[in-house]
Amino acid sequence: MKTFQRSFTYLVLLFLYIPMLVLAVASFNAGTDPAVWKGFTLHNYSELFADGVLLPMLLNSVIIAVLSSLIATVLGTMACLGMHDMKPRLRNMYMTVTNIPMTNPDIVTGVSLALLFAFAGTLLKMKSVLGFTTLLIAHVTFSLPYIIMSVLPKLSQMDPDLQEAAMDLGCTPRQAFFKVVLHEIMPGVISGALMAFTMSLDDFVISYFVYGPKFVTLPVEIYNYTKKPLQPKIYALFTLLFMVILLVMIIMTVLEAKDEKQQSQRRIAFRGRRKRKEVEG
Amino acid sequence: MIHTKRLATPYIVWMVLFTVVPLGIVFYYAFTDSITGQFTLENIVRIQSYMPIFIKSIWLALISTLVCLIIGYPVAYYIAQCPPSRQRLLYLLVMLPMCISFLLRTMAWVSLLDDTGIINRFIQAMGMKPLPLIRNNGAVVLGMVYNYLPYMILPLYSVILKIDSRLIEAAQDLGCNSPQVFTKVIFPLSMPGVISGFTMVFVPAVSTFYISQKLGSSGTTLIGDVIESQFKAAYNPNLGAALSLILMVLVFICIGITRRVSGTEEVAMP
Repeated sequence: MKTFQRSFTYLVLLFLYIPMLVLAVASFNAGTDPAVWKGFTLHNYSELFADGVLLPMLLNSVIIAVLSSLIATVLGTMACLGMHDMKPRLRNMYMTVTNIPMTNPDIVTGVSLALLFAFAGTLLKMKSVLGFTTLLIAHVTFSLPYIIMSVLPKLSQMDPDLQEAAMDLGCTPRQAFFKVVLHEIMPGVISGALMAFTMSLDDFVISYFVYGPKFVTLPVEIYNYTKKPLQPKIYALFTLLFMVILLVMIIMTVLEAKDEKQQSQRRIAFRGRRKRKEVEG
Repeated sequence: MIHTKRLATPYIVWMVLFTVVPLGIVFYYAFTDSITGQFTLENIVRIQSYMPIFIKSIWLALISTLVCLIIGYPVAYYIAQCPPSRQRLLYLLVMLPMCISFLLRTMAWVSLLDDTGIINRFIQAMGMKPLPLIRNNGAVVLGMVYNYLPYMILPLYSVILKIDSRLIEAAQDLGCNSPQVFTKVIFPLSMPGVISGFTMVFVPAVSTFYISQKLGSSGTTLIGDVIESQFKAAYNPNLGAALSLILMVLVFICIGITRRVSGTEEVAMP
């Protein structure tokens, strides 16, 4: 049974990675059709760097991802601190609002924001407000619930006595927050921020409805490209991106591992303290 | 105390402004005429002609979700049984494909499945006739399963991981055989993960428009395609809004039914 499960799991992983392999191989292919191997070349990579369109689009995507994940992280973490102090009824109301973009299909979120911006455009008497700002607003909006989902559990896991202990030891409330509370919830904040960053970098469906011709992100541009015959330099770009994301993911996993280690150590220390108390008592 | 409730105010203002108000505008558009701007039920009535497309979208999304569950469950179960370091590696391997543009991954499937694609060239090289692998329902289901399978595996894994192994031992001690342990203990306990995975696969699958455009044909037009074309090609935002509204309601009903059937309110977040 165990061997069956193992081989099945690796078979599924193979299924998940076959298209990646096709893209990576295609990036070194001299021909344009991924199905026909015409010999090894790095031409696609040099063409990618000579190309004046794709790389600026990537930069646009990164700008949006950095800004939106930063704004969402600050807003979301603040919201978690506030929600942590609320009575359950009010907090449930906030959670319902948080769940809206998570349960709604992306296309509905995209369409509803597109209609909002169209409406705002008519109010402001502008032909179209779509552009950098609308993309940023949309990305912050769909990132926020992920921040809440990853920070709120860390806050409830936190020992409430810690903050009081810090203040007893002479911290001002502000110091207690920055030195103790923020430090405690940091793993949640970082993993939420990274999640928001990758979601934003890869988002196509929502961006597609709220982007303007003046500011286009990479996934939207790829969509426009895939309507025409695909150019192999896209495969080269993909292969490079894959490497970058792999690196980010490895950092994320290492951070998580560190956090878990810390927590288990603390648990052991806590148990030891309790035992000592029992012995002394 | 430095953190007070007021810290959540900017957040709630933002969310109301950019999720609640836009949904209100969708409502408004769905019930008004595109030219005169007056109240009308015409958009809702016109949706009747799109019923076959709605049914087809739900049908294909349901099949894909079930396939994801059947494939994803053993994988999630295996990962949860591994030692922690291996778990982390396998988790990373499942998650990694999700970070690559799904447009490109779908394009890769096109070059694999196409009539002159990699698989068919291989088949022809073996001396057999090429197979019709693309532009049919099967290809669309394959695309959905491929794209959303990680969304099924990850929540299942995090729930199975938390199942108390003593419960499984207790069931074995009390005389359950392996299939009974699975159907009576493990599967019911993993229900929150099943529900969460079901939602996370079904919702994007039922509303997709890119997968059906690339891997399907004119016969596999899905509701997402129709909504997209109302906003991007046929510019009729009122009809598009009405379709989005119905899609949203359908998704809520589907999620509600799954939760009711499974008898659980608790949903696992990966």
